[in-house]
Amino acid sequence: MTDSTLFSLAASALNAQSVRLNTIASNMANADVPASSAAEAFRARLPVFRAQPDASLGNLSRVEVAGIVESEAPARTRYQPDHPLANDEGYVFLPNVNLIEQMTDMISASRSYQANLEVMTTSKELMLQTLQLGQRG
Amino acid sequence: MFSLDSILGIHGHALEFRARRSELLAQNLANAETPNYKARDVDFRQALEKSQASAGPRQTHERHLAAPEQGTLEGEAMYRVPLHPSLDGNTVTEELEKAAFTGNAVRYQATLMFLTRKFSALKGAMSDQ
Repeated sequence: MTDSTLFSLAASALNAQSVRLNTIASNMANADVPASSAAEAFRARLPVFRAQPDASLGNLSRVEVAGIVESEAPARTRYQPDHPLANDEGYVFLPNVNLIEQMTDMISASRSYQANLEVMTTSKELMLQTLQLGQRG
Repeated sequence: MFSLDSILGIHGHALEFRARRSELLAQNLANAETPNYKARDVDFRQALEKSQASAGPRQTHERHLAAPEQGTLEGEAMYRVPLHPSLDGNTVTEELEKAAFTGNAVRYQATLMFLTRKFSALKGAMSDQ
């Protein structure tokens, strides 16, 4: 525990989880934005995680966000002929965001964030104690 | 000949081993949701047995050839057998890793305590009370 390997590992996870929380926030915020066609409707975004071996960490793997993909699920439709954005058949298209999925994903992301924060706190304590080795007792 | 290593015994190596293990466990926790990531861990018992097997003869007289340094504790990082494999190929069980990390931190502190006691014993021997 002489270097900051532990901190780098935990920090990479905090970063990845906060990207995930951000995409969830964006999905939930746009969950009810209507559009006049399926192609124009907002699509739920999902981050893709990847383990990235890092030579500076002794070949341990950081987690990084490889990219953000859009969900392939079909857009929701709602029959509402009086809506200004309704198509010829009277349908408006809503984003393919599933609120229940987003909520469970959010809880999972926040738990992961907490776990990694705890790794950081514990490592900090151990490091401080190691620095005081032999000074007391 | 006075050697700090012989006084500290296994504890110095154990501290290094614990530090390395905590890095591995932190890696597992960081990648708890990375697709296809396989959790890894090291086994203390196996590292200890390996180190004892490689420990050479001891130097019993000052004019003998110096004994080779006692083997350090180096465990091989092995893949964990998953409790419940998930569809995305990830084998991390977050609760298990958390428990292992905490347990390892406590043992690290215990080793630190042993070292502190060793140092205070040395200090006691040196002081003229």
